[in-house]
Amino acid sequence: MISQFFVLSQRGDHIVFRDYRGEVPKGSAEIFFRKVKFWNDDEAEEAPPVFNVDGVNYIHVKVAGLFFVVTTMVNVSPSLLLELLQRIARVTKDYLGVLNEDSLRKNFILVYELLDEVIDFGYPQTTSTEVLKSYIFNEPIMVDAGRLPPLGPAAMFMQGTKRMPGTAVTKSVVATEPGGKKREEIFVDIIERISVTFSSSGYILTSEIDGTIQMKSYLTGNPEIRLALNEDLSIGRTGSSSYDYRSSSGGGAVILDDCNFHESVHLDSFDIDRTLHLIPPDGEFAVMNYRITQEFKPPFRVTALIEEAGPSRAEVLLKIRADFSANVTSNTIVVQMPVPSYTMRASFELEAGAIVGGSEHTLRAKLTFSQESHGNLTKEAGPVNMNFTIPMYNTSKLQFSVMQD
Amino acid sequence: MAPTAPTAAKSASPSQPSGKSEVADLKQQLRQLAGSRAPDADDQRRDVFKRVISCMTAGIDVSAAFGEMVLCSATSDVVLKKMCYLYVGVHARNHPDLALLTINFLQRDCHDQDPTIRGLALRSLCSLRVPNLVEYLVSPLATGLKDPSAYVRMIAAVGAAKLYHISATACLDADLPAALKALMLSDPDAQIIVLTIPFNYHRKVYDICSADLKLELVFGLLVCWPTAGSLFKSVIGGQVVANCMHALQEIWTLEAAKSEEAAREIETLYSKPVVFYLLNRIKEFSEWAQCLVLELVSNFLPSDNNEIFDIMNLLEDRLQHANGAVVLATIKVFLHLTMSMTDVHQQVYERIKAPLLTLVGAGSPEQSYSVLCHLHLLVMRAPMLFSSDYKSFYCQFSDPSYVKKLKLEMLTAIANESNTYEIVTELCEYAGNVDVPIARESIRAVGKIALQQYDVNAIVDRLLQFLEMDKEYVTAETLVLVKDLLRKYPQWSHDCIAVVGNISSKNIQEPKGKAALIWMLGEYSQDMHDAPYILESLVENWEEEHSPEVRLHLLTAVMKCFFKRPPETQMALGATLTAGLSDTHQDVHDRALFYYRLLQYDPAVAERVVNPPKQAVSVFADTQSSEIKDRIFDEFNSLSVVYQKPSYMFTDKEHRGPFEYSEDLTNLAVGAETTENTISAQRYQESDNDLLLSTSDKEDNATATSNGSSASTYNAPSDLSGPSLLSSQIPSETSLINPGAPTYSSQSNFSLDDLLGLGVPQASAPPPAPALTLNSKPVLDPGTFQKKWGQLALSLSQECSLSPQGAASLMNPQSLIRHMQNNYIQCIASGGQPPNYKFFFYAQKDGATAFFLVECIVNTASAKAQIKVKADDGTAAEAFSTLFQSALSKFGLS
Repeated sequence: MISQFFVLSQRGDHIVFRDYRGEVPKGSAEIFFRKVKFWNDDEAEEAPPVFNVDGVNYIHVKVAGLFFVVTTMVNVSPSLLLELLQRIARVTKDYLGVLNEDSLRKNFILVYELLDEVIDFGYPQTTSTEVLKSYIFNEPIMVDAGRLPPLGPAAMFMQGTKRMPGTAVTKSVVATEPGGKKREEIFVDIIERISVTFSSSGYILTSEIDGTIQMKSYLTGNPEIRLALNEDLSIGRTGSSSYDYRSSSGGGAVILDDCNFHESVHLDSFDIDRTLHLIPPDGEFAVMNYRITQEFKPPFRVTALIEEAGPSRAEVLLKIRADFSANVTSNTIVVQMPVPSYTMRASFELEAGAIVGGSEHTLRAKLTFSQESHGNLTKEAGPVNMNFTIPMYNTSKLQFSVMQD
Repeated sequence: MAPTAPTAAKSASPSQPSGKSEVADLKQQLRQLAGSRAPDADDQRRDVFKRVISCMTAGIDVSAAFGEMVLCSATSDVVLKKMCYLYVGVHARNHPDLALLTINFLQRDCHDQDPTIRGLALRSLCSLRVPNLVEYLVSPLATGLKDPSAYVRMIAAVGAAKLYHISATACLDADLPAALKALMLSDPDAQIIVLTIPFNYHRKVYDICSADLKLELVFGLLVCWPTAGSLFKSVIGGQVVANCMHALQEIWTLEAAKSEEAAREIETLYSKPVVFYLLNRIKEFSEWAQCLVLELVSNFLPSDNNEIFDIMNLLEDRLQHANGAVVLATIKVFLHLTMSMTDVHQQVYERIKAPLLTLVGAGSPEQSYSVLCHLHLLVMRAPMLFSSDYKSFYCQFSDPSYVKKLKLEMLTAIANESNTYEIVTELCEYAGNVDVPIARESIRAVGKIALQQYDVNAIVDRLLQFLEMDKEYVTAETLVLVKDLLRKYPQWSHDCIAVVGNISSKNIQEPKGKAALIWMLGEYSQDMHDAPYILESLVENWEEEHSPEVRLHLLTAVMKCFFKRPPETQMALGATLTAGLSDTHQDVHDRALFYYRLLQYDPAVAERVVNPPKQAVSVFADTQSSEIKDRIFDEFNSLSVVYQKPSYMFTDKEHRGPFEYSEDLTNLAVGAETTENTISAQRYQESDNDLLLSTSDKEDNATATSNGSSASTYNAPSDLSGPSLLSSQIPSETSLINPGAPTYSSQSNFSLDDLLGLGVPQASAPPPAPALTLNSKPVLDPGTFQKKWGQLALSLSQECSLSPQGAASLMNPQSLIRHMQNNYIQCIASGGQPPNYKFFFYAQKDGATAFFLVECIVNTASAKAQIKVKADDGTAAEAFSTLFQSALSKFGLS
């Protein structure tokens, strides 16, 4: 049972504030903001998404740099509220095309209208963009999609505007286009988050893929869609340990450890021909989430070397080899490597440009320290972390084709 | 707090950015527009309305424009209507008379042709929260519940709950709960798709004998999918049912505190027909409503194992839902249903593992956090289960720190013989992490694993390597761990001391680390060559040592060292005691004085006190009792799991029912009380002039009123929600207690307080002062209760009997709790199933601080109650027991 819902900007301004039950004392938004900003001042920690101040429970998610918050006085399911907050953010995005502070401020009346239908007296009602359409009367005011605030790595995965190429997917699901007629479009994407740990000698220590098949539908009239996945796809690893790699030797078969599906997915013939039937609801949603611990070939090999080069100097050598086929290119790559805290200066030489499959790139950096190092440089630097996007490529070899009856 | 950026509105006059002039400006513009029939008047109104709401959002008080807003609201423009109703809903309570102006067209809209308009009007009407408008609400609500449009019925169902909070009597008189119930069980739109599930068909899926669980069977069998059009319709239809459930749970839970009938009605919600009716159509509900149904099902007590298997088979595919809330709610059902079947319970754990791990990876970091909290709870109950999946809990660089922390806790919990090496290796990587808090946490995690006794050998080496990393916080954290390790494994002292001895105390600033080092210097001073000299140098810097914890440790360490190496330490001891005696910190001073006197009395005794032979600690005290852990488990899928506390520890008193124990309906029950109480508290403030109470009393009463079901005790006569029935009952109850009391004249002085009117704020009917009077509103938090219960000796233990009527009417704990509350005996916890109930009560002697604590086990079959009384003031225990028994025996007679 939700008492209040509000959206705060990064500076703590109220963008939307709705009180459903009038039971939380005044000033809750300020209390929340102060708490989040100064969670643990000494250690600069991030506030957890759920906390309690003076008997009021504050539950929040961060989306596009904004705080979506609900308060409640009672002991409710935190997962439900967190999902609901994400869903509210997504519905808002479906309506506004782009979700950011600017678009919310311009459309706050529309957001109030949405909130009236999404939550009544603290009880979640409907969060389906499709159902909501009949009760929402405000027309969204479009904002320029170009000035998106940079998203954090986590935000990228969940509420991604960034990963979808082009501006097409930043248009509102409901707004009528200037041309008059609506284009019948559907966007389907496989997004995979890969976590691989290499030992210093280059062996893979851990590897895991968290993937999502993301869909955004602009189709009218609820046509049924079939989504055919790899025919040799199997779910559930046999054997005692999920890290038992023996079972993965069988050719190119994709073995999912586990997966889950969106409400609209109909699994009637999934066991027979690996086809998902669904009537895609309007807007953006995850058709399927899956998890793979099967051995796979990571798209990059990264080797890092840090060596002492004198009493207060060191040299870093970072090698990246692209282990994918030459016809795909990775265009956004961020490599982070923490260096010892007493580093004063670093100088680089870097071959710039996009990384084409099969190529190898090297970064050399010279570090100058303010004090003599204690001999254990490898412990003080690293680990190396890498974020990248490779369009039209996925690691798990999971594939799909979309068919419409 | 900057106001929301004004929208495209063009104001006629240049407006001030905020504050009064802005509101005045808006008012003026609204007045001009009120009568305007210009073609673009609606557009202009929209702009001004937007600015008003923008100000409202920013926290500017725009209530002054209420009249003007209402005048402008007579329009056919839906967007304008919505904005206006939003405004009116927020401000109506402060302008009840002006709110009346909106009633007219709201009522008219309730009969509009368009169901959307009807729904909107009905929702706004119910959101006004103005008591004197109640009469206008009842009939639109009753009509709304029968409206041909599911959308309107959905809104009407929630409206009924809103009405209940404005005026419970109005809601009950109109018989709305009955209408809700009928609607819930037979909503026409919810019945478009009828799912018939062939029960008994695939029971084998969860058969106890079959070791591995197959889900193939379940697909294909259950699914009977709606077409697109009916899907849409049924989602709304399902929401009607869901909202009816919400409203009924809220109303009946609050009513249950007053009437037996409502308590029975709640039970029917958890009855087999209702549960199966809802389960069979679970797919018609939206995911949020599914969560509600699942929560309800987790309260259901199946009559036999077949029912349990039926339910689990039916819900099996819910575990594959992309919505984490649905999955967790399903898991709760599974876990609770199988509590009594060990084998199946174990299978459930196996089954839910994969979906939970997928949720950790799939969702937002916030969702991962919540799921990880639940995983942690499960791991504490079944550590073996996840021991092979430890790699799933390795921290990722991009995880936020709150997720990393939980993952570290998970790794600690699942470490066992088979995986300790890998886990500790991974944790050691984090120790050098740039993220200092996480580095600290991982060092602590390594220590915890070491204390769990797995492969200590290797871990000690790793810990000692941390000391060589030469980072201050790493050293400090490690020292604390090494200290704890030595307390448990003294055999390692030799290896550790060799390394610890090399650490310069000057490099450690953190009090905890420094204290740990000093403890080791004292404890192992005979093995550490220069221990006395290090201690001496520390004593020299006594003045600079800010932490009293360190100074206390220093005192003790020097004492220990003195007994082990007297000649070298004598000087230092003198200096220490002198410094300690002049210390400003009370504890340090007192300990120094104590040591000084002890040495003066007899050094041999002092040695026995300070340096007794030590036994290794085998198990460090667990911070949480198993009872508390079980309680958290009962409250699975709630905030309790995140906070790692049962709900009574964090929901403040007024939002908590007294009957939380095994009642999972508290989720709804507690919340239900919330608004009711707030409203009655507010009404209190309105009518407080009549009551002529002092300010502090008023506040007290307000909180006491809000305290669950005791509300009726203090209800002012004007309170609409207070049933007259109960207020009239109280004086008679109190007088019933009195006859037994006068014998205890020794306590009569307490009645003095009562004559002053401090204890009982009943202006209308002050009870005659009894000898042992109980405080009418004692406050005792569960933590203190538990502590007291543990500390106090048993004052008396007796068996007494209930009246047969009382035993018969004890359908659920609440009824007795309510009865005892009327006798000023409060319940702190209760639980049990028929025929056995267990209660913990407490009461307080009026005007005194002494508490009485009672454990009361009632058996309704034999109409007997076993009571154990513990009292702060043992002399009054007898008197209290008589009072308690007399109150108990009256139960069910009134």
